[in-house]
Amino acid sequence: MKCIVTGGNVKVLGRAVHSLSRIGDELYLEPTESGLSLRTVNSSRSAFASFLFAPLFFQLYQPGGPQPDGELLRCKVHMKSFLSVFRSLPSLEKTVGKCLILLKPRANRLVVQLHCKYGVTKTHNLAFQECERLQAVFDTQRCANSLCAPARVLAEAVVHFPQTLAEVTLGAGPGGKISLRNYVEEEAEPRKTMVTELWLAEDEFQTAAVAPGSRITFCLKEFRGLLTFAEASNLPLTIHYDVPGRPMVFTLDDAVLEVHLVLATLSDPENDLQPPTTNGVSHLPAPSDDFADDLEAYMIAMETSTYEEGSGVPPSPTFPLRTPHPAKSDPEEEEEEEEEEEGAVPGTPPHKKFRSLFFGSVLTPGGPGPAPTQEVLAEDSDGDY
Amino acid sequence: LLQAEIFQEFAVQEESVTFRINLSVLLDCLTIFGTSSLPGTATALRMCYRGYGYPLMLFLEEGGVVTVCKINTQEPDELLDFDFCSTKVVNKIILQSEGLREAFAELDMTSEVLQITMSPDKPYFRLSTFGNAGSAHLDYPRDSDLMEAFHCNQTQTNRYKISLLKPSTKALALSCKVSIRTDAQGFLSLQYMIRNEDGQVCFVEYYCCPDEDITEAEL
Repeated sequence: MKCIVTGGNVKVLGRAVHSLSRIGDELYLEPTESGLSLRTVNSSRSAFASFLFAPLFFQLYQPGGPQPDGELLRCKVHMKSFLSVFRSLPSLEKTVGKCLILLKPRANRLVVQLHCKYGVTKTHNLAFQECERLQAVFDTQRCANSLCAPARVLAEAVVHFPQTLAEVTLGAGPGGKISLRNYVEEEAEPRKTMVTELWLAEDEFQTAAVAPGSRITFCLKEFRGLLTFAEASNLPLTIHYDVPGRPMVFTLDDAVLEVHLVLATLSDPENDLQPPTTNGVSHLPAPSDDFADDLEAYMIAMETSTYEEGSGVPPSPTFPLRTPHPAKSDPEEEEEEEEEEEGAVPGTPPHKKFRSLFFGSVLTPGGPGPAPTQEVLAEDSDGDY
Repeated sequence: LLQAEIFQEFAVQEESVTFRINLSVLLDCLTIFGTSSLPGTATALRMCYRGYGYPLMLFLEEGGVVTVCKINTQEPDELLDFDFCSTKVVNKIILQSEGLREAFAELDMTSEVLQITMSPDKPYFRLSTFGNAGSAHLDYPRDSDLMEAFHCNQTQTNRYKISLLKPSTKALALSCKVSIRTDAQGFLSLQYMIRNEDGQVCFVEYYCCPDEDITEAEL
């Protein structure tokens, strides 16, 4: 594989790597006919991101010839090592005119060469490992709700939450308003908890096709990395979400770049089954003059809601965590699968747990199906991925 | 090396005077008025040494406030003489510091050595590191705008312990030019030219001996 990035695109590439580094420790590089894909997954496999750079993004794009197995060579490198090449974004912008990425399988090296001002050349020879395809299975078509807003709107909203905040809940309220609220655990004492909630008007969004009352809780930290990239590239961000527990997808699109961030979401089994008006939990208080009263009622409701177990409620569906065995598994892949199997928890896990995303192997699309009693929540997405 | 011209007054009665003082103490005294330089204020310094056995006296004045420091002197050690002879220089280049500053700041510190290649042929001047991520090479062509002088007669590749060279980055940050020279044994001489506000120049010199285990460079 050989590709050359020039001019302002070098900085875009650098920003993409910075964004990916906020999520995972390994960077997967996959050259395809439709472009070069950079992907990563976090250690708990609850966040997956991919940046697909179309051939037009590059001055030169040669994905390379197929390997003996018919596939193009894929590799993964340590995120830190790759990031060190693009460490300083300002200096990338000021001094780098051209970036060459070359995969040298025989020398077992991924070469990243920066051509800088004054004729200076920086060449990095990074060790890589061949790997299987990293692909989270998701389908934006199956998400019932979607929102699209300029990244700036979301960035300005998110700034109100502390940097350390882990989870945030996005909800659709009455009147088309969209809310963002920090997620507070049920065990938390109301007196020691601060709830921050902000509302965005419908007209701030370019599109908003959401079911009123729908809400979804996800990890803010992993989202921030993408948000920084989106803001810098001035692209609108689309959010697709479904019911709590199913993955949500953030996408960015332009002519030469396609970005996906898939995050596992917190599932809330009791709310899926109980009618929305029984307790205050699933009902978002809209801002009104009685907001203070509403808030108090809301907090009391949170305190008193009970988590029902074994009351005839079917067990929380879990994602099938085992990836279908690929045709040939190298030790690296086996390691990954072992980790996943340890994490597979059927039945009712503690309610606060982001389950791992389903990772499918596109090598064996009709691969061994999950156990008949398990419900497949996320089918293989369409072929482009 | 601070040349006499830098000083407004410079009087030394003997041929050469050598003594040893604690460097951090000297630094503390020189920065007694603080390390930040506000525009419009200047600190004046007067240094006196009466002779063997006497302390070094520093008089510092800023904005009407005078501080007197007495630093005890010690027996000088044998100066480490690398015997780097200017006439035996094999390769020499002079680079504008601007081009090296970022490079040195971004050096892969997981590498134990910094390898310097100087050659009349490609890659001309190359700095290489071999760290956890892999190897990295920084190449400066002989016709680069940064290259003020290029006199390389022989291809030489030498490795130096990176921990020994890292301290020189401070001088690099202040300097406008640096001369890099190696002799036949691979001893390295770095001379940083620092220009002060009045246009006076002074030099900071570093000498470093090559690392013992020289192995084939990875490409």
